[in-house]
Amino acid sequence: MRGLPALSQIAFWGAVELGLVYAFIAVGVFLAFRVLDFPDLTVDGSFPLGAAVTAVLIIAGVNPWLAAAVAMAAGAAAGLVTALLNVRFRILNLLASILTMIGLFSVNLRIMGRPNVALINADTMLSPFYGLGLRDFYVRPFFVGMLVVVAVVLVWRFLESDAGLAMRATGANARMARAQGVETSRQIYLGMALSNALVALGGALFAQTNGFADVTSGVGTIVVGLAAVIIGETLLGARGILIALIGCVFGSILYRIAIQLALSSDVLGLRASDLNFVTAALVTVALILPRLRRGGVA
Amino acid sequence: MINFNDIRVVFGKGTPLEKQALNGVSLTIDEGSFVTVIGSNGAGKSTLLGVLAGDVIASAGKVTIGDTDVTRKGTAARAGLVARVFQDPLAGSCGALSIEENLALAARRGERRGLAPALGVKRRAHFRERIAELGLGLEDRMRDRMDLLSGGQRQAVSLVMATLAGSKVLLLDEHTAALDPGMAEFIMNLTQKFVTERKLTTLMVTHSMRQALDFGHRTIMLHAGEIVLDVAGDSRKTLEVEDLIAMFRRIRGQTLDDDALLIG
Ligand SMILES: Nc1ncnc2c1ncn2[C@@H]1O[C@H](COP(=O)(O)OP(=O)(O)OP(=O)(O)O)[C@@H](O)[C@H]1O
Ligand SMILES: [Mg+2]
Repeated sequence: MRGLPALSQIAFWGAVELGLVYAFIAVGVFLAFRVLDFPDLTVDGSFPLGAAVTAVLIIAGVNPWLAAAVAMAAGAAAGLVTALLNVRFRILNLLASILTMIGLFSVNLRIMGRPNVALINADTMLSPFYGLGLRDFYVRPFFVGMLVVVAVVLVWRFLESDAGLAMRATGANARMARAQGVETSRQIYLGMALSNALVALGGALFAQTNGFADVTSGVGTIVVGLAAVIIGETLLGARGILIALIGCVFGSILYRIAIQLALSSDVLGLRASDLNFVTAALVTVALILPRLRRGGVA
Repeated sequence: MINFNDIRVVFGKGTPLEKQALNGVSLTIDEGSFVTVIGSNGAGKSTLLGVLAGDVIASAGKVTIGDTDVTRKGTAARAGLVARVFQDPLAGSCGALSIEENLALAARRGERRGLAPALGVKRRAHFRERIAELGLGLEDRMRDRMDLLSGGQRQAVSLVMATLAGSKVLLLDEHTAALDPGMAEFIMNLTQKFVTERKLTTLMVTHSMRQALDFGHRTIMLHAGEIVLDVAGDSRKTLEVEDLIAMFRRIRGQTLDDDALLIG
């Protein structure tokens, strides 16, 4: 295996699984950055928040589905805090989200009581599916993939509804949205809650598929989410909401496969600790590419 | 129908840049009447429309639309009562949304927005029909992004948007200023048609004296935040563009004299 830029089955499906888990983050980031035009870094805190809440609840014997639902509520609350700081107290959006993110680091430590919590032998959302004859490394991506499909369909239907249109108008032209009777501040609360609830759900699934929650697992989540969004946009172009959401999912999966390939190739000589650099480089390239194509960097 | 009662607007109160944009404006506009608003740059025309739309909250005075006191209401809260078309064709619509999505957004102005699909079959057909009436061929481009349209096309769609939700007040702030003469004429005729058909109470700001006299029932001139001319009926019919320009000159001259007095 080593030395070949090819992946074993297990590594490949592992990458797909992780890509699907992070598809929730990508969709959340899409809602904040693209729909609401709100550069939101809360994500780096709400992802481990979702993982922490789920892990602690599952260990306490709570039903894992309920634990994931509570994680989503916690994520929504984190999003609301960022929105409150921005809308009510007029703190610049980026800064507001950084404040929430930093605060959440302590909150997450409090919730878990220690830097990481393991879910060994605990029942998760996936437990009932493991015994059905399918190999475990197929079960996980299949299960998460089903949830991704449900989430994408729901978000898509929402964004094409009257209420969703109001949210899109808020991000695209707030003045016009208000003139059309849209309370734009309410849309920001709603959008930030929705976005971070999805991210927290991603965190909850991460904890349940990987069997642990770790406070540091949030570092760089936003860049990974953004990478997925941008890869999707680069590959599929701007052709409506559904295509954009599908782009988020495939962007997330492709990103993981690309990272996995890069790490497993001896030629490149990369280590796991180089991941953040590779991600940053990838996002930078993805950001520059469309601009180059449109006729040079200004 | 619309009533401004001693409206005062001060921008930057208490700062060195304090600016009295409206200085005790009182104005009653009858239901269904079409008022054109003229005045030099900075006279307070946009501010007057802003007070009605909710973008500007008056420092003193009272504004009512119909029986509703809207003085303290925000823009979104009173959007069901007033429709507007802005000077900048980019300002009145969402470039990132399609033509039909913009229309769907406007059709729900002032109403609760639920989770039903914004573009059902019936609505699509209705929007298509309304756009086809423009005769610009845009009905075949309903799914195109709004920012692919020219400024004139966008203003035409904005006018349709303004008449979709059935509000009775229409505010136009130099809505033809960014257009070529041909397109400006097209938009003005369209405006006239909509206003007449739908019996809209209309306030139109313009820098064209010709437009100000050719359209509507009444013309007001603002200067330094005050109404300095208010003509309607027969006295307006006899008014010529030259008269208005002379009046502009005289008002300018007057303020110069005033300043001279102050200095002297
Ligand atoms: N948001 C604001 N903050 C501070 N001053 C303002 C603001 N809006 C308008 N003003 C000032 O109030 C005065 C009236 O402005 P307004 O925009 O109503 O003029 P206008 O008659 O529409 O002029 P124009 O013909 O140039 O559009 C101007 O002196 C302007 O500088
Ligand atoms: Mg103006």
